[in-house]
Amino acid sequence: MYVAVKGGERAIANAHAWLAESRRGDPAIPELSVAQIREQQKLAVDRVMTEGSLYDPDLAALALKQACGDQVEAIFLLRAYRTTLPRFGATLPIDTSAMTVRRRVSAVFKDIPGGQILGSTFDYTHRLLDFALMAEGEPAPAPVAAPAEEARVPGVIDVLNRENIIEVERPASGDPAPPDLTREPLRFPAPRAMRLQNLARGDEGFVLAMGYATQRGYGRTHPFAGEIRHGTVAVEMVPPELGFAVDIGDIELTECQMVNQFAGSKSEPPQFTRGYGVSFGHGERKAMGMALVDRALRAEELGEATDAPPNDIEFVLYHSDNVEAQGFVQHLKLPHYVDFQSELNVVRAMRRDAEAARQAALKEAAE
Amino acid sequence: MTAGPSNATVDEGYNFAFLDEQTKRMLRRAILKAVAIPGHQIPFGSREMPLSYGWGTGGIQITAAVIGPADTLKVIDQGADDTTNAVSIRSFFRRMTGVATTERTPDATIVQTRHRIPETKLVEGQILVYQVPIPEPLRWLEPRESETRKMHALAEYGAMHVKLFEDIVRFGRIETAYDYPVMVNGRYLMRPSPIPKFDNPKMDQMPALQLFGAGREKRIYAVPPYTAVKSLDFEDYPFQIEKWDQPCALCGADDTFLDEIITDDKGGRMFVCSDTDHCEQRRAAGHRGTGAPQSYVAAVEGGE
Amino acid sequence: MSGIVTPTQAALSPGFVEPVLDAQAAFRATLAALSHPGRIEELTLRLNPPAGVDAATAAACLTLLDGDTPVWLAPHAAADGAAAWIAFHTGAPVVSVAGKAAFAVMLDAASLPALEDFDWGSDEEPQRGATLIVQVPDLNAQGGWSLRGPGIATRAVLRIDGLPDSFLAARRAMSGAFPRGLDILFASGARLAALPRTTILEA
Repeated sequence: MYVAVKGGERAIANAHAWLAESRRGDPAIPELSVAQIREQQKLAVDRVMTEGSLYDPDLAALALKQACGDQVEAIFLLRAYRTTLPRFGATLPIDTSAMTVRRRVSAVFKDIPGGQILGSTFDYTHRLLDFALMAEGEPAPAPVAAPAEEARVPGVIDVLNRENIIEVERPASGDPAPPDLTREPLRFPAPRAMRLQNLARGDEGFVLAMGYATQRGYGRTHPFAGEIRHGTVAVEMVPPELGFAVDIGDIELTECQMVNQFAGSKSEPPQFTRGYGVSFGHGERKAMGMALVDRALRAEELGEATDAPPNDIEFVLYHSDNVEAQGFVQHLKLPHYVDFQSELNVVRAMRRDAEAARQAALKEAAE
Repeated sequence: MTAGPSNATVDEGYNFAFLDEQTKRMLRRAILKAVAIPGHQIPFGSREMPLSYGWGTGGIQITAAVIGPADTLKVIDQGADDTTNAVSIRSFFRRMTGVATTERTPDATIVQTRHRIPETKLVEGQILVYQVPIPEPLRWLEPRESETRKMHALAEYGAMHVKLFEDIVRFGRIETAYDYPVMVNGRYLMRPSPIPKFDNPKMDQMPALQLFGAGREKRIYAVPPYTAVKSLDFEDYPFQIEKWDQPCALCGADDTFLDEIITDDKGGRMFVCSDTDHCEQRRAAGHRGTGAPQSYVAAVEGGE
Repeated sequence: MSGIVTPTQAALSPGFVEPVLDAQAAFRATLAALSHPGRIEELTLRLNPPAGVDAATAAACLTLLDGDTPVWLAPHAAADGAAAWIAFHTGAPVVSVAGKAAFAVMLDAASLPALEDFDWGSDEEPQRGATLIVQVPDLNAQGGWSLRGPGIATRAVLRIDGLPDSFLAARRAMSGAFPRGLDILFASGARLAALPRTTILEA
């Protein structure tokens, strides 16, 4: 019996209705609100904002709700919405040294100006399921810290800068506007600004795995976590009609400055170099993975070996995007009857040829 | 089956054809350069579309940049108008433009396709928009964009000939069955999107304009009307298209690309036209094939 | 580059009446012209550009130019209200060096500079070759050059009035540089014809 392929439009509508029903789950259980997701699934929201390239916790939470919690699907939804938005202009570069810090750790100096601030972290939790959470009680309030003495927490990199022992980073000559991957395709050689934008939008799992590989010897970079900081920074813009910068709001960020040993080259003395990572919200794993990969992608520029996958700029940049990757992998679900029929024809013909040759050989042997 | 303009169902929340005007201008400039340099891939700022990469976003962006209220759109996947993704893309454009849609090839001004060229000959003024997954014909030979770009600049295509020749040495024939490489206007090696090589000859000197869009890979290319498109081959191994031992079981055509239909679990099979519209037009004109089970014919003719 | 042009009286004369649909129609005419080199396409738009700018010239500019396309305006075009109108309605940054422009607009065909003055693109990126929009006194489908190449079934005939005498030889010489080259749109009144770089011209 045949399942006719007709009736596609109705089948699609029915599939969507079924999806909506599955999304809701058991109607006896109260429905999740977008605000609940935003407040209580914050790290999922942060990842969707980071890889979705749009800082909007409400819309990211909505995307997660619509995607039944599927992160990549939520990222896709947010990106598809983002493309339709008009552009009013560009903000000034954010100044993370002026961050209102909630958490800040350095693995290279025991004591640093501004201090080590542990903040909110999973790092030292014992990963034991907390059955108390099943009871839905309110947690005990956390102790409140005394206000910081200095609002400005200087970066660890600045300390190394003073000794001239770490590379100084300056904008490329002429300070060109950074490329915008949401409006222009990747091009090679890809400038670092383009690479960083790609990695910031890149799939956390992919970036993490590539960074991990460098630690295991595939493009080793001698990394130290110079500093990881998390907090809020002001976003400023210069409206043309005003001509001066105005504060348009705060965003929450996580930044990682990786410090990497560098043996020096013909033109540069031995010193430390940097890898940089950043994410919206609280995303240390992503920022650290990104910083490792950023540094690994600089191997060619620094005259180092470039033979490991994380050093391969085209390989990394072309395969980091999960919205692209999910689409192309899943498109294999679409019908390929025609291509497959062509292959069937060729394989059958080749088998006929091979069989004829075998018969001919047998006949010859018999004669 | 042609459906007239459907203004009632147009989504007023979006610009005509979904894309903003600046994006359309960027696409239109890329399309014009593609037409001016036949077969050369033009990088473009592909946008994130509300449909998934790999599901026709390149073709959709081209169609969106080209389409106007006077157009009639046909969308096919595997030659058929009623495959789910074709249905989905067609309904996207009805919702975003309100234009008329059709399943009849001669009635369409724009045909967006995945994996086939219609059997009905396209005419001057029609535009065929291909959805392309991997635009680079040299990709399996050289994965690096920076290298393939140089190879195109120098028209350095020897590696492709070597690959095809190795096929002949190993298998006694060229084993590439679809996405068979072509030379456009004697200059650019081009990947014809994964159409079966059966369709390759239709590209040569086609009176219609052919536009190719790869959304994920962010490339647009084109073949203008009346342009030479030659499938690569060798003097002693000329290019050949596939043939079937039997005609279409529904319409009796013996010159079309056929889908193999498995009719039972005992090895039974039949072959029917992959181009559903062409097959239907032939049946409407009285042509009949043999060998199709009655239940199948009823399902096909019964429509929805 | 000087991007900002103050809207003058001329600049304020309107652009497309229906920006979305008119741009689409003008693009399709341009696409048809470029797909069939030498064929004359007639635009059916209501458009009132400033004096000296033909409707087809204006439509091509409004359809293809924006803030991402550096445009070079021939000196006489830059001198009168045409420059301000084009810059205001398209937002295209006006460049003073022809070789840095993605588009060039000439309102007087006789003043067409040497083709070498424009960017022909590179062998790797031939698409960077400029598009010229040249306004001419008349376009005629009879008694001119014989055209062949992609987009032309056998032969096309096109006569363009008002071009410098040197144009034919320069344009034929350019064919040897393919895939590098220039693509030219000729506008006259509401009519449009194109010579993409692939077209081979014979006298």
